[in-house]
Amino acid sequence: MRAKIDPDLWSDEAEPHLMGGRLPSGEIVFPMPKGDAAKDVEPYKLSRTGTLWSWTTQSFLPKTPYAGPGSGPDQSPSDFETFLLGYVELPGEVIVETRIVDARLEDLALGMPMEFTIVPFNETHDTFAYRPAAHARAKAA
Amino acid sequence: MTAPVYIIGAGIHPFGRTEDRSGREQGVYAVRQALSDAGLEWADIECAYGGSAAAGAADIMVNELGLTSLPFTNVANGCATGGSSLAAAEQAIASGAYDLALAVGFDKHPRGAFNAKPADYGLPEWYGETGMMLTTQFFALKIQRYMQLHGISRETLGRVAEKAFRNGAKTPHAWRRSEIDLETIMEAPVINDPLTKFMFCAPAEGGVALILASEKKARELGADGVRIAQIAVRTRPPNSFEVFQPGISVEEGGKPTVLASKAAFEGAGIGPEDIDVAQLQDTESGAEIMHMAENGFCADGEQEEWLANGWTEREGKLPVNTDGGCLACGEPIGASGLRQVYENVEQLRGRGGERQVPGPDGKGPKTGYSHVYGAPGLSAVAILER
Repeated sequence: MRAKIDPDLWSDEAEPHLMGGRLPSGEIVFPMPKGDAAKDVEPYKLSRTGTLWSWTTQSFLPKTPYAGPGSGPDQSPSDFETFLLGYVELPGEVIVETRIVDARLEDLALGMPMEFTIVPFNETHDTFAYRPAAHARAKAA
Repeated sequence: MTAPVYIIGAGIHPFGRTEDRSGREQGVYAVRQALSDAGLEWADIECAYGGSAAAGAADIMVNELGLTSLPFTNVANGCATGGSSLAAAEQAIASGAYDLALAVGFDKHPRGAFNAKPADYGLPEWYGETGMMLTTQFFALKIQRYMQLHGISRETLGRVAEKAFRNGAKTPHAWRRSEIDLETIMEAPVINDPLTKFMFCAPAEGGVALILASEKKARELGADGVRIAQIAVRTRPPNSFEVFQPGISVEEGGKPTVLASKAAFEGAGIGPEDIDVAQLQDTESGAEIMHMAENGFCADGEQEEWLANGWTEREGKLPVNTDGGCLACGEPIGASGLRQVYENVEQLRGRGGERQVPGPDGKGPKTGYSHVYGAPGLSAVAILER
């Protein structure tokens, strides 16, 4: 069992939610602020579904503090694996930056339905991601 | 109406990599060149503003330049360090307090992409750990969406880079001085889709110095100067989309570039159609394309036609990034914004050499526009007039 990359980043339940915050004005933000900035901000469970707002590939090993494959003391840059990331718009809430999994670059399109998931990040931690919604994945396959 | 301010001296240390000179030494080199250009001695300079992002404080320069006791203010404003130094120097003279001021910027960065610490930007550690806190990603994400919404092709991204290297090949202060053909640019390894290796600028080194003078002093010296029509610096408005944002608002917000551009044009009393040469922040190819529209030079989507027709080439209706921009010069953060102004000063004085812009009537450009953008969402625009 891997640990969460951040204990407060998503809710602990069978169908977890990414955690944002609701400001006194009603505006939803991500991530949930910490410290003094969290005053009067209510933790808010973000939608598990949304639409693709933009995307790109990460094709080179990021510098520190990156902690994923290729960054470990006994690893080399050749252990790095290109990954997809982007922004997913959660309707009426906020647009969140996220890893994108279970998709190929050529499958992605503006407005594509996306769903929340938890994925292994490295040997010790899980992280969050969005992936094309089940019906969109079926169509691509 | 404030008093007119002129740029009467311009100096630059070639951009790129200079192993045996520190960033500040490159700044000193630029200051000496600017003094010589203006026909002045260091002791003539009455006040100075400058800085770097990664190469130390600017006021230490007095050790090399001379202990004249002048007030020397260090500026640390990220990508706007140069722009803010210029704005401060301009205000010092416009206020009537001084007749001669220096704005200087320099830098020296290690190879490879910039890396940022989440805590320095008030962001959680997981954002950096998971590999999402990279400036290159932001630019790719912004242009990817823009291309989808406004019908910009990948080839247009390539054309921007091709033009940059073509201009850089004719520019003594540029780092990349060889032309690169479109096919090579398009087929190069992808950094962050849709941007390939040749579509990104790289962290680099360099120094730029500008000497500013009051109208009285410029006349007294018989200086070959250009007038600063307006400088505007703006930070981000609510709900804008900037670098390093794990979450962005569903409400579409404003853009710091649009605000700075409007303020600069209003202050100068002219419009985009009156500009003869422009230097626009081109951290990567897509940035130049989007900044053409954000600065008011064309509508969203029209860049496709502009690039295909060569309208931003030296001989085109609006030459853009005539020294090859960040793509060919690299980006020493503290010096980059001042390089753009330096290039406009040289173009307006007809000193562009091989890269000289002919101007609308063949007699050289009369107006120059420069725009710098950087983290965490700020823009500086300077309009110069001959």
